[in-house]
Amino acid sequence: MRSITLSQAVNEAIAEEMRLDSSVFLIGEDVAEAGTPFKITSGLVEEFGTERVIDTPISEPGFMGLAVGAAMTGSRPIVDIMFGDFLFLIMDQLCNQAAKAHYMSGGKLNVPLVVRTNLGATRRSAAQHSQSLHALVSHIPGLKIAMPSSAYEAKGLLKTAIRDDNPVVIFEDKLMYQDKADVPEDEYLIPFGEAAVLQEGNQVTLIGTSSMRQVCEEAALILADEKISVEIIDPRTLVPLDEKTILNSAKKTGRVVVVDEGHQNFGVTAEIASRISEKAFYYLDAPVIRMGAMDVPVPFSPVLEDLTVPTAEKVASNARKIIAGELVHEL
Amino acid sequence: MAKKINTNSESYLKMYSQMVKIRSFEDQANQLYLDAKMPGLTHMYSGEEAVAVGICEALTVKDKITSTHRGHGHCVAKGAELKQMFCELLGKEEGYCRGKGGSMHIADQSNGNLGANAIVGGSMGIATGSALRAKLNGDSDVTVCFFGDGATAQGLLYEVMNMAALWNLPVIYACENNGYSEYTATDEIAAGDILDRARAFGIEAHKVDGQDVLAVNKLATDLVARARKGEGPFFIELITYRYHGHHVGDINRTYYRSKEEEEDWKKNKDPIKILGDWLVSEKIASDDELKIIRDDIAAEAHVAVQYALEASYPNSNEVDMHVYMEAN
Repeated sequence: MRSITLSQAVNEAIAEEMRLDSSVFLIGEDVAEAGTPFKITSGLVEEFGTERVIDTPISEPGFMGLAVGAAMTGSRPIVDIMFGDFLFLIMDQLCNQAAKAHYMSGGKLNVPLVVRTNLGATRRSAAQHSQSLHALVSHIPGLKIAMPSSAYEAKGLLKTAIRDDNPVVIFEDKLMYQDKADVPEDEYLIPFGEAAVLQEGNQVTLIGTSSMRQVCEEAALILADEKISVEIIDPRTLVPLDEKTILNSAKKTGRVVVVDEGHQNFGVTAEIASRISEKAFYYLDAPVIRMGAMDVPVPFSPVLEDLTVPTAEKVASNARKIIAGELVHEL
Repeated sequence: MAKKINTNSESYLKMYSQMVKIRSFEDQANQLYLDAKMPGLTHMYSGEEAVAVGICEALTVKDKITSTHRGHGHCVAKGAELKQMFCELLGKEEGYCRGKGGSMHIADQSNGNLGANAIVGGSMGIATGSALRAKLNGDSDVTVCFFGDGATAQGLLYEVMNMAALWNLPVIYACENNGYSEYTATDEIAAGDILDRARAFGIEAHKVDGQDVLAVNKLATDLVARARKGEGPFFIELITYRYHGHHVGDINRTYYRSKEEEEDWKKNKDPIKILGDWLVSEKIASDDELKIIRDDIAAEAHVAVQYALEASYPNSNEVDMHVYMEAN
């Protein structure tokens, strides 16, 4: 099978869906000739023209609002939000307008749009270009949230997102844009709400979202050397969440570490851990461990920034501790 | 010529009826609130009828509007049924939104009403996006974005006007200047001339007497036709007045405007009275004929409200329905 980068996978997904459906268009800052700062959308304007690959002024609330209105009246816009941090700028249009229109209108209106954005620290970009804000939007009913963890997932999930009749926010890991993975040439879709079991094991489950899937896989390699059997799960979408696969794994291994790059407080790790605790409590041999980003604004200095995100070593260490029956955090 | 006069007469009488319909709806809605029969609260459109009717009578059913928290007038003017509107106000299943939206969120897609919006200025992007869709698809419809003077303080307006002007979108920004931004005089919240803000983007901007439905309709008809031809966007400031407070509970309001001022508008600048007097003076209708129109519509509103009061509430299983649109 051929191997392509996550960036190419995203580009292919957009191009394929735009060829299939003339109501799909791309809108955002420097998405046309510039192809975005990450060069993800390069080439699309040459194929689809400036009418469907629309460069906007630096007006995130404005073009997000335009996308909501276009979606409400028959288009299927893909909105490019250059950095996940800029989600704060579009909150009213995304959360008060797009997310609620279907419900508030009793099912009359619908808003089929995709917000493509990113997450991930350690790019030395400081606190306003490094946040992982997926928990924030996962809290809002009416939105669906996808978290691709490789080029394969990026393509399959984005194509599903574009065809979904609801507003979807898809977070790509900005450090992974050049990472390659096997991606079929034939068309495929990845359904929402279906987690991937990446590796089967029976002593501990590592659940890793997006950027943290790799961290979990590296941790599993460390633990494999110690003959510890690890199961790895990638939820792939947070909303809807494949609770069944997660609970089945928790029941099997009895020990779970949930790893996610959003802040740990009130975050995705807390949500998943609490569902496991509520619904698989009597199967557990240890507390479910949350590992999110440190609860500080992301610092610039590399020596500080690297301290704020979960690492494979720390994940392996926590897995080791709960297998040994040691508490991970002292009160 | 004779035929043209007849057609115009029908159109004048339609505008009269539509304005009366809005007033009757609001009178009933206010009474529902006073009688504690309506959950929550609502914002009355009474006094501003010529704005919604003058503009919506220049639109076709395919043209779109976005509306505001003070949205009943736009909704009626764009063709909505009173029964379904009252049902929505009372949270009933037969309401336009099955009782899930209420007064501030009525949407009536069948008539091109993309919905009222409880975020002040929240629909400016939606209206402009609808116009973008029309341009991209080559659709001929025009979108009108209604908002108040208070909403001109929201930054979103300037972001979307910039894009609408850059891309010549078929959207008309209709600023209903009723003189008050909630409980504060517009003079205290708006620096400079509101029209200049649109003109700064190269958008043609007009001011019109929002109590004169014929003047509003004449201007709107012209601008809608031009927007359809790709000459948009346009901006209109309509000078008007709301007879009630910011919302139905805003009763004691002399700290921000005088009773004399309110009486002057009601007595001397009422849009229904102004058009009625003109219809009589032009011999298009007699006082008696106009009274019959008013009485018939008031009776219709009464029947609609009684219907809504007796209508069913949604079943409890509707509470988590319509959060997401299910795949076909």
